[in-house]
Amino acid sequence: MAQQADRRELNVSAIRNGTVIDHIHSEATFKVADILQVQGEQDMVLVAMNLASSRLGKKGIIKIENRELTPDEVNKIALIAPEATLNIISNFQVVDKARVELPESIERIVKCFNPRCITNNQPIVTKFEVIESSPPALRCLYCERVMRGEDIILK
Amino acid sequence: MGRPITSVISIRGFDRKGILYVLEQSGKMEQRPHPRLLQGHVLGLMFVEVSTRTRLSFASAMMRLGGQVLDFGDPERSSFKKGEGLSDTIRVMAGYCDVIAIRHPWEGAARLAAEVSGLPVINAGDGANQHPTQTFLDLYTIQKTHGGIDGLTVGFLGDLRYSRTVQSLAGAMSHFDCRQCFISPESLRAPQHVLEELEERGVQHEQFSDLGEVLPQLDILYCTRIQEERFADRLEYEQVKSSYRVDRALLEHCGVKETLRIMHPLPRVDELSEDLDATPYAVYFQQARNGIPVRQALLAMVLGKL
Repeated sequence: MAQQADRRELNVSAIRNGTVIDHIHSEATFKVADILQVQGEQDMVLVAMNLASSRLGKKGIIKIENRELTPDEVNKIALIAPEATLNIISNFQVVDKARVELPESIERIVKCFNPRCITNNQPIVTKFEVIESSPPALRCLYCERVMRGEDIILK
Repeated sequence: MGRPITSVISIRGFDRKGILYVLEQSGKMEQRPHPRLLQGHVLGLMFVEVSTRTRLSFASAMMRLGGQVLDFGDPERSSFKKGEGLSDTIRVMAGYCDVIAIRHPWEGAARLAAEVSGLPVINAGDGANQHPTQTFLDLYTIQKTHGGIDGLTVGFLGDLRYSRTVQSLAGAMSHFDCRQCFISPESLRAPQHVLEELEERGVQHEQFSDLGEVLPQLDILYCTRIQEERFADRLEYEQVKSSYRVDRALLEHCGVKETLRIMHPLPRVDELSEDLDATPYAVYFQQARNGIPVRQALLAMVLGKL
């Protein structure tokens, strides 16, 4: 019980209001921190990695005080860390908890990896169909190439 | 047919029912001329990449339906040389015509044209991506020569790695009950993503290096040109080139089905001997002619006339 209480304190209770991104694959932790540009934050930010996790083996966790994520940020996290969960914290309580989930299509946030794609040669917004969500696979709506893993480059 | 066809950008947008509908309409076009069906309509040809036969085939199809053709002209002398963005060029062109056929080296250019022009657009080839009218005319040829597409064994021969024609046709044929055989040198194998898609759809497919091993089983042999520039080693190219030369002697030596038909998107170089041209196996010139009824049908469809 004591162990469980400790974990709850570590994972959730440390911020009063804000967002906790939990169950990040450990190696993706700093990529998620980059997506959220936490270095520019004025309020408290906690970043931890290599924490024990029964599901992932090792996991990362990021807590950001007084911050709600935008849909684009959530989609980016879903691409980099599809196992991650989002906890919305209000007055030290988890008021909402959900696994990040990719929508059926995404726009803007990813660059097509194909240099001959029209999106890399003309100033137009990238669009992708999400054909698999975990691990993510995206099909460019323009050149129709499928991107997975390291090929998925965030803008 | 459910949703009307408004543009033809990718064969991926067509399921079995949609493909068969296009083929049926192509057949009707061939049987009965419609010299005034598209009278008063203008086709804008925007070929930003070298093409003779596809461009002329589109023009011929439009003119045979009573429509007119406006050619964007030589890209070297057009507004591209002045640095105009593609979206602007397409928007301006859209003011001059009722339907656009576009060929462009950038992949996805036809999709962009459909988005920004507000007109029906037919993709006449976007880089290594799609060339859907070629795929339809290939399927139409297969249907005509064999009376249907289901139940056939198809062999794709040559440069399977870089051939968008083969990749698109293989994808389209996955909607039918066909066995697909991929015959190529190791270095020019069909890309993994193409094979994975066939796998996902439960399509029976195999890879071969030796054409002779599979030739007697084939109903269709679809040849492609092996491009010399793909090989780093010239000796390797010479070996591959000669191993995939299809001629009358090879067919006799291997013993092929009487109903075998040989297709090729043309132009050919050495891979297909001229001694086959007069045999019943050769359907490649017929295949090129089939581009007319197929493009007529697609033009009429996107203009809401079918």
